[in-house]
Amino acid sequence: MKNEYICKLKKEKLSTQKIMSNKIYLKKGLNIPISGEAALETKKKIVPDVVAVKPTDFKGFSPRLLVKEGDKVLAGSPVLADKQNPDILLTSPVSGTVKEIARGEKRKLLAVLVESDGERQSVDFGAKDPSGLTAGEVKGTLLKSGLWPSIVQRPYGIIADPAVTPKAVFVSAFSTAPLAADCEYAFKDELEAVQAGITAMSRIAKVHVCVNSESSIFAKLSDATVHTVVARKHPAGNVGVQISHLSPIKKGETVWTLNLLSLAAIGKLFKTGKLVLDRKVAVTGPAAKEPAYFEALPGTPVKALAGQLDPEVEVRFISGDVLSGENIGADGYLGFFDNQLTLIKEGREREMLGWANPLRFNQFSSSMAYFSWLLPKKKYNMDTNTHGGVRAFVCSDVYGKVLPMDLFPVYLIKACLAGDIDKMEQFGIYEVLPEDLALCEFVDPSKNDIQAIISKGIDLMIKEMA
Amino acid sequence: MEENTVKPGLFEKGGKLGWLHSTVDAFDTFLRVPATVTAKGSHVRDAIDIKRVMIIVVLALVPAALFGMWNVGYQHDLAVGDLPGFWRQFWWGFLKVLPLYLVSYIVGLAIEFAGAQIKGEEVNEGYLVSGFLIPLIVPVDVPLWMLAVAVAFAVIFGKEVFGGTGMNFLNPALLARAFLFFSYPSKMSGSEVWIAHRCGADAITGATPLTFLGDGMDALGANGYTFWNMFAGTIPGSVGETSVIAILIGAFIILWTGVASWKIMLSSVAGALLVGWIGTLCGVTDIPAYYQLVMGGFAFGTVFMATDPVTSAQTETGKWIYGFLVGALCVTVRFFNPGYAEGMMLAILLMNTFAPLIDHCVTSSATKRRAKKVSIV
Repeated sequence: MKNEYICKLKKEKLSTQKIMSNKIYLKKGLNIPISGEAALETKKKIVPDVVAVKPTDFKGFSPRLLVKEGDKVLAGSPVLADKQNPDILLTSPVSGTVKEIARGEKRKLLAVLVESDGERQSVDFGAKDPSGLTAGEVKGTLLKSGLWPSIVQRPYGIIADPAVTPKAVFVSAFSTAPLAADCEYAFKDELEAVQAGITAMSRIAKVHVCVNSESSIFAKLSDATVHTVVARKHPAGNVGVQISHLSPIKKGETVWTLNLLSLAAIGKLFKTGKLVLDRKVAVTGPAAKEPAYFEALPGTPVKALAGQLDPEVEVRFISGDVLSGENIGADGYLGFFDNQLTLIKEGREREMLGWANPLRFNQFSSSMAYFSWLLPKKKYNMDTNTHGGVRAFVCSDVYGKVLPMDLFPVYLIKACLAGDIDKMEQFGIYEVLPEDLALCEFVDPSKNDIQAIISKGIDLMIKEMA
Repeated sequence: MEENTVKPGLFEKGGKLGWLHSTVDAFDTFLRVPATVTAKGSHVRDAIDIKRVMIIVVLALVPAALFGMWNVGYQHDLAVGDLPGFWRQFWWGFLKVLPLYLVSYIVGLAIEFAGAQIKGEEVNEGYLVSGFLIPLIVPVDVPLWMLAVAVAFAVIFGKEVFGGTGMNFLNPALLARAFLFFSYPSKMSGSEVWIAHRCGADAITGATPLTFLGDGMDALGANGYTFWNMFAGTIPGSVGETSVIAILIGAFIILWTGVASWKIMLSSVAGALLVGWIGTLCGVTDIPAYYQLVMGGFAFGTVFMATDPVTSAQTETGKWIYGFLVGALCVTVRFFNPGYAEGMMLAILLMNTFAPLIDHCVTSSATKRRAKKVSIV
């Protein structure tokens, strides 16, 4: 009897240890208290007249046109192919007619605009049970459907190479970015699709999913190892931060990452045989009229999402969050990887003696040099003002405090500025994407464009390592 | 091609007085936050900027400066044997210190503005702090022309040639002091320079406590130095360095706001105490280790100079090593260099040059450790 009891205890201890080993504790980081969080209600489904397919959403994709203006397409019909690897396709999310090929400077292809016929006729890729497929079959279906580019390879954050088998696939099942869509709410009806997506990816490589609590709806996902990230602050939800704690990327290694949106689309592709990219999009930000969720497709004109705005206020339209989202302009289209639209005011007003004002309660600072710490619950109506001029790096300890990775951020940034490949390698360029250092950029008193610097460094690595 | 008909503003690049762009911009952004909006990356930014960082350091220096002004008057009155009262002393000291400030800021800022003008860049705020520090770390009787030369040397060769604030590797204020010390040693050491207008009054020696370091506690006591008057600062010395109380108020401000590193301050104190303690153990001196903290420029240097974020170690581990060595070296110099017992200036400047090496060792070992890290999944 006694022995049995001890055995039970030991077993319990063992099992808790196992759970413990699946936990990551992160303390560093910062939550930016910006106002305009989306209310947890879905207002309506946006049915756009025109949907854009944007090759610019995919790093490393050099587009070759497969359609011309006036062509009829179905949902899932190829629209663009990658010049380097013609198997990688981008497909139309709706059925209709190609309305316009939008080009920018130097005839750079910006978007293919498809006028929707409202019927959503789809190419049939054939419904299959992903658990019975081989890796090759999964890859083939993903390539044909245009969902392959939703797989992001690290290092560098480029489209995954179908010829490579990655070390593992990583998925973050929560987001900590400012005002990000609540994954538990946005995916509560899509859990089966996400599960099917994970099953499909697990045919190619081992899948790791990070959740923010053991009671998360994603904690019970199978065909994947679930890890719990115990953290309250951004950027704990960034998959790059999670990878660096689970399986740091070394030279020569590749891992793949997918977000929940892509997994849900992949799951639906295998379950129904159709390309279904619909998602719940959080419209957020201090300039948003009524922050809430809308159903929409990637490539939806953001004007349709934003609704009626105050014409007096100059608003910046950001596809994604305020830290790493893209400024797409009032005539832009929601990005492929995004389920958030953030609207903030352009900050062109000039504050008298702002830096000298001892109180300045309407501005947020994470630094104790202001008094934001007195109002921990306050949400700020932030704008795009830089609050200061660009300087050389002066402070040395502010950056590490918001980066829960084993890196020296300033050294990495300076290596990127200098274009020094060896130093970039040494300081961990393989492990980061610009988004991981976005908070360093936010807190930087010297107002450097840190994400742009990292991005340039990554481009140099791609060029040199090719 | 449509011709660009919009003329640039008077002071904008390309305008009539466009060459004054940097200067006008400096005053303009001094008064009003610039209207620049984010272009890339993070769309919102923290309210803090370098102006705010610098003004906080200046604010933290104000108690030491005010006390220093009063003490200049007080020491003078002690020397001439006439004590007219607090406000008279303060006013007298204020008038003595004001020219130092004027020279420091006029010469330093003129060079900064000219440098920014030539490079076509914005004017850095770094000199707001350096210019405030310099008058506080020199003897009050330093001739103004010498101060001007030292400031010019420090700003040009200490900072501008490396690319301005953030690129320099030596603390500019300390460099100015080092320049004065090596060029005009008679005006920077000994017992003659620390009290303004001593006029041959021999009632007191006028020497700083460090002069008596080699002679031990008896000599300190015989010359009227106790722990508490050295702590309070009613003793001769450089303008801002004497009062540990005023310096601690400043330390609180820059530590609370996170502008300075507590790691450097703490480890510097630890280094000084350790070497001071070893000194008493070995019989080098009979002065207790904690006296080292209140004598000379140790407190001022630890709080305001060693913690300069640009010239100190950049890595968190490096800061512990750097600070410890600053404190340890300072007291070592005090023990073994009776000719010039003020070790703080040279300790910090030496560690400034070693800071990149310390950081290199820290980052290299971290890289090796990272390379060994294995995947846990």
